[in-house]
Amino acid sequence: MARAVTTQHKVIATAAAWIVALLIFFPILYTIITSFKSEQEAIQGFDLIPSWTLESYADVQSQYNYWKPFMNSVIISVGSTVLALLVAVPAAWSMAFSPTKRTKDILMWMLSTKMMPAVAVLMPIYLLFRDLGLLDSRFGLTVMLMLINLPIVVWMLYTYFREIPGEILEAARMDGASLWGEIWHVLTPMAVPGIASTMLLNIILAWNEAFWTIRLTTTEAAPLTAFITSFSSPQGLFWAKLSAASTLAIAPILIMGWFSQKQLVRGLTFGAVK
Amino acid sequence: MLAPAVGLLFLWMIYPLLRTIYYSFMRYNLQRPETYGFAGWNNYFYFYMDPGFWPAILNTLVLVIGVLIITVVGGILLGMLLDQPIFGQGIVRILVISPFFVMPPVAALVWKNMILSPSYGVAADIAKFFGASPVDWFAQYPLFSVIMIVAWQWLPFATLILLTALQSLDGEQKEAAEMDGAGFFSRFWHLTLPHLARSITVVILIQTIFLLGVYAEILVTTGGGPGYASTNLPYLIYKVGSVGGDVGRASAGGVIAVILANIVAIFLMRAVGKNLDK
Repeated sequence: MARAVTTQHKVIATAAAWIVALLIFFPILYTIITSFKSEQEAIQGFDLIPSWTLESYADVQSQYNYWKPFMNSVIISVGSTVLALLVAVPAAWSMAFSPTKRTKDILMWMLSTKMMPAVAVLMPIYLLFRDLGLLDSRFGLTVMLMLINLPIVVWMLYTYFREIPGEILEAARMDGASLWGEIWHVLTPMAVPGIASTMLLNIILAWNEAFWTIRLTTTEAAPLTAFITSFSSPQGLFWAKLSAASTLAIAPILIMGWFSQKQLVRGLTFGAVK
Repeated sequence: MLAPAVGLLFLWMIYPLLRTIYYSFMRYNLQRPETYGFAGWNNYFYFYMDPGFWPAILNTLVLVIGVLIITVVGGILLGMLLDQPIFGQGIVRILVISPFFVMPPVAALVWKNMILSPSYGVAADIAKFFGASPVDWFAQYPLFSVIMIVAWQWLPFATLILLTALQSLDGEQKEAAEMDGAGFFSRFWHLTLPHLARSITVVILIQTIFLLGVYAEILVTTGGGPGYASTNLPYLIYKVGSVGGDVGRASAGGVIAVILANIVAIFLMRAVGKNLDK
């Protein structure tokens, strides 16, 4: 009897969960479907079965040179992540393994820099970029995104490093390893998973950042966020092309995101929820 | 070891902030650079007098609170549903969290054109199917439409975090409560909700930081209109500064935004700081 109730319970829960999940996923699914329609099909009303044409994908490349903003997104998000890691790994390392009285204050202060609303400093940053000739440059945007995400990177690395047992470190010190020796030879293998997760989450955040990427670029350095935004003008009427461009823009990050669900929770809550 | 990170962040925090405060007291319009000079409190006064000021403050609050209510309530319900034993749990989870990874301009344009468009959108098709006339969402309910899009993006985040918290709830405790004859609502109220309290706090505070800065979703859908109906504080500052070229007044708005964000930040720091002591 109890068994039957359990199975019934599971079937009902499954049905409910799938319905809700499909509803939530529907806008994404419909975008993918529409990307395989022709422009005429796209506005002919609700239809889940496209004609599987690839013309929108071809058009997006030939008419808008899609490859360029895509590569800009790759360069800027990966570049800013690598830069942030270079600065953050030593910082998180020393705070995790040689904490001082001020470590907690420094961490909290770093977190507090994340609280500054981007829009509040829009004008000074814009003018600074203008004066330094950094507007619409990949370099400027890379540095910008690195600064924005640096606190999250330090925090995430810190929570990972703190889980590495300190005894191993002491043994290495006994053997006379230098600080960098410790990092690179003794503990790197133990730290790699944490660093990889941090990297993944940070690339996702940088890829989707949609304030500075839109405001500080025009054409040359415009990543996908800025490129897609340009579809809000009359071009937006071309739904199949918009769908194709959108599908290509979200696919890599969607897949990365699926693999980093757990890290996402940890990274975005600054280790408050694991 | 710490110096590069601390130095960079210090510069990144202090330089733009000081410049914003400085500009907020200067008469500085990019379209009329010759009028540059000290302005006293004028920028604050004119930002406050802007017809969009009160609508923007109000819309910011409605947007933040509206999205928080939808995502937290929805996240609890969805988290509890996904916490049940179900077939294909992994795939369901992937489907549910996906919207979080969609960049804001894509989310906004997809909703605007393909879901909510009054002429060809899916919502209009559904309305027509039931014999109702399609609604022009962004013209008639601009702020509500923006809230829907933003809530769609953040529901996965709330769900994921609350689900993680639910999964750490002791199974034995749940069973003991069931044995004692505690009903579903009694268990929810006395066991589940208190257990979730801290995670809910974290969700609210973190989302608030991001929700106070909603920008791209408004830019590509309503452009803040009609009138000021969907203009929030970031969008108003952007309009005054980037579109109007008034650096001084936009900076005064920026200072106000910083003050608002700091009020929230103080609470967040306390919540996260407590965790650090453990």
